[in-house]
Amino acid sequence: MLRRIRNFTQRVFSSLFKKRGEIKLGFYGSPNTGKTSLANKICQDFLGEDLGIVSNMPHETRKIQIKEKVILERNGKKIEFKLIDTPGIATKVDFEDFLKYGLNKKEAQLRAKEATQGIIESIKWLDDVDAVIVLIDATMNPYSQVNITIIGNLVARKIPVLIAANKVDLKKADVKKVQGAFPEYTVVGISAKSGENMDVFYEELFKLVKRTI
Amino acid sequence: MKKQKQKDKRGKRLSDLTIHFMPFSEIAGKDTIDRIKKIMGLVLDNKIIILQGRLKPDEKVRLIENSMTLIGNIAGFQGIEIAAISSENENKSLFNKIRYNIARILVGEQDAITIIGPASVVKDIIRDPKKVELMLQRK
Repeated sequence: MLRRIRNFTQRVFSSLFKKRGEIKLGFYGSPNTGKTSLANKICQDFLGEDLGIVSNMPHETRKIQIKEKVILERNGKKIEFKLIDTPGIATKVDFEDFLKYGLNKKEAQLRAKEATQGIIESIKWLDDVDAVIVLIDATMNPYSQVNITIIGNLVARKIPVLIAANKVDLKKADVKKVQGAFPEYTVVGISAKSGENMDVFYEELFKLVKRTI
Repeated sequence: MKKQKQKDKRGKRLSDLTIHFMPFSEIAGKDTIDRIKKIMGLVLDNKIIILQGRLKPDEKVRLIENSMTLIGNIAGFQGIEIAAISSENENKSLFNKIRYNIARILVGEQDAITIIGPASVVKDIIRDPKKVELMLQRK
């Protein structure tokens, strides 16, 4: 109850004193769905630099990464974003999974510990974002509890959501399946890696943030 | 002797797997903290919970948060697996949708089933719109 009152007060105050046009855009999703890749793609397109390191090993991002003053321009309109790249949310973390990627036991245990702390940090940031891009790996089953939990929480907090079904450059990608799993939301099939369909993504992003300004 | 050992081992494996059926009434009167305490208590006992109804989005996120704080602090605990399934995706007429939503407000979401288990026992829960498959760890 106290937490809800605190969050509500924070929201009212932050909306009163929020610099007009600055949108805190969160990137959420399971590990390895391409959150950092998409944040990097946006940063590259509008700033010419990356936001974070990308890797095939799950939980590469274990701390919140922020890039401020990212100004996106479309059809003569400019919107200033604060990009918040969050660690992937998972319901389980087993250090033994990291051993497959060549880490020794100590390194794997440390990575697992950092990953769990990263997940807690991601959850805490749910209260501090204005809009969210939920990344779903279009080659995987979209009905994962993590996706449902993240989206359910954003809806309960009245935070606008755009779903990016990532990795459409891969043969196994099935954007329709993602759309079928979340029929009430806008789903854009993209490839953060190859840049495929990013134009449509930016268009939908502008539509999304209009609801927060 | 060898046969007896194998029998004991099999018996141990079976006793390790406990499924706890939880009617919604068991958590209905509890607040979020107590619901999570109750669920985590059973999960830490290596039990798979089949809950009548579903948790609220905020409760699910608190459950994940709670699990993350325990990983590394409780030997062998790797987190949880969770999935819920309900009839909400089925096509309903407008009248039935209204009736369904009123019932949800009055008695909670009892037409759903939520499965929660420790990740050390439940390898994966594969959810498709109309079915849930529980994959157990082979130890």
